[in-house]
Amino acid sequence: MDPKELKRVRLVKRIAQEFPDGALVNLGIGMPTMVANYIPEGRTILLHSENGFTGLGPAAPKGQENPSIVNAGGQPVTIVPGGAFFDSAMSFAIIRGGHVDYTVLGALEVDMEGNLANYMIPGKMVPGMGGAMDLVAGARNVIIAMEHVNKNGAPKILRKCTLPLTAVGEVDLIVTDMAFIRVTKKGLVLEEIAEDTTVEEVIKATEAPLHIAGKLGKF
Amino acid sequence: MKPILTADEAVKDIKDGCSLMVAGFMGCGNAFTLIDALIRKGTKDINLITSDTSFPEVGVGRIICQCRAATLTASHIGTNPVSGQKMNCGDLKVTLVPQGTFAERIRAKGAGLGGVLTPTGRGTAVEEGKQKLTLDGKEYLLELPLGADVAFIKAEVADTYGNAFLPGATKNMAVVMAMAADHVILEAEKIVQPGELDPERVTIPGIFVSTLVKATLPSANLQLKA
Repeated sequence: MDPKELKRVRLVKRIAQEFPDGALVNLGIGMPTMVANYIPEGRTILLHSENGFTGLGPAAPKGQENPSIVNAGGQPVTIVPGGAFFDSAMSFAIIRGGHVDYTVLGALEVDMEGNLANYMIPGKMVPGMGGAMDLVAGARNVIIAMEHVNKNGAPKILRKCTLPLTAVGEVDLIVTDMAFIRVTKKGLVLEEIAEDTTVEEVIKATEAPLHIAGKLGKF
Repeated sequence: MKPILTADEAVKDIKDGCSLMVAGFMGCGNAFTLIDALIRKGTKDINLITSDTSFPEVGVGRIICQCRAATLTASHIGTNPVSGQKMNCGDLKVTLVPQGTFAERIRAKGAGLGGVLTPTGRGTAVEEGKQKLTLDGKEYLLELPLGADVAFIKAEVADTYGNAFLPGATKNMAVVMAMAADHVILEAEKIVQPGELDPERVTIPGIFVSTLVKATLPSANLQLKA
């Protein structure tokens, strides 16, 4: 595994430890989807697929695809024993009614007030918000999984988001390749750092001010 | 009993400039036969209302790629780059709606509600121009009902009363759209006699359905090719 991939695995593994047994979880596409592969032994979570079911399983084996069972990206998947199908009104009532315990999403920017920008870059990328705004507003806990800095090395954790917002004040946790940060009323609290970094490096790579937890953990 | 028509007959009276809801999610649950007939008929300037624009040339994506839509109300267009290109050059007026709000606005229309109050979109571009209400200290956006002249729905089985079973994840927007459109055309892989579809298995009650069409195009997961 290349070093970048190893860092991704480390961060999704860390997120996977957050879910209590039996949690209902909705994972965004990309890195968040990887979280499902690292649920600690002895715990079971139920995955919600916003296009209409609970019990989202792995990709369908070649030749066994069922055209009626796809994930939110349109890819053929499976449903695990104990799953249930429903229509979009029910699916989004589950999301918006606070019945999803955790959602894990990527971000373009996130700020010290828990504001999130992850759905568009004006003039460049305008794919639409899909279910992201509903998930971030409705899920009980919102976890952001992302690289700590962008492709140019600039911080993505800001004092104030500059891109159009997906939601205001809804982010609870930010987990990156460098840090585990909790969003609190008094600001961002650095609770853990990755094993190959230092507090100074994290502060340098973060625009928003960080409170350092009394007992700093490593992951 | 509902009329059972060919796809061409069923779309014959759909006019240029109509509003059309197409159920489906990334092509899954799109009425391929009806969409194909509508494209052949040449209907244009459609005000298209659909969860997403699928993939280019797959299902509802064809209505965009073949330039038949004047406006689009959807929650996600990222998997069909043609939608974004047409939006950027001004050929297609696009309104992006959060997916849950999209479903609830359509449900509100079908259920006779005056609107929906939701925190989704609060503090974002979605709230622009919308009335806000604060109830019990929490701020909500007022989202208005969304209906259409015509809806295209895809089912696996329908009886001649229009009762329909939609398997797996194909239910998506179909249930609310069937409630919210004036004229609902339901494409079914199999059309059976009353009594042959167990009432316990009905996803959409037949009272919402106007016309039945037997599917002639496979419901294969065409997006796999995209």
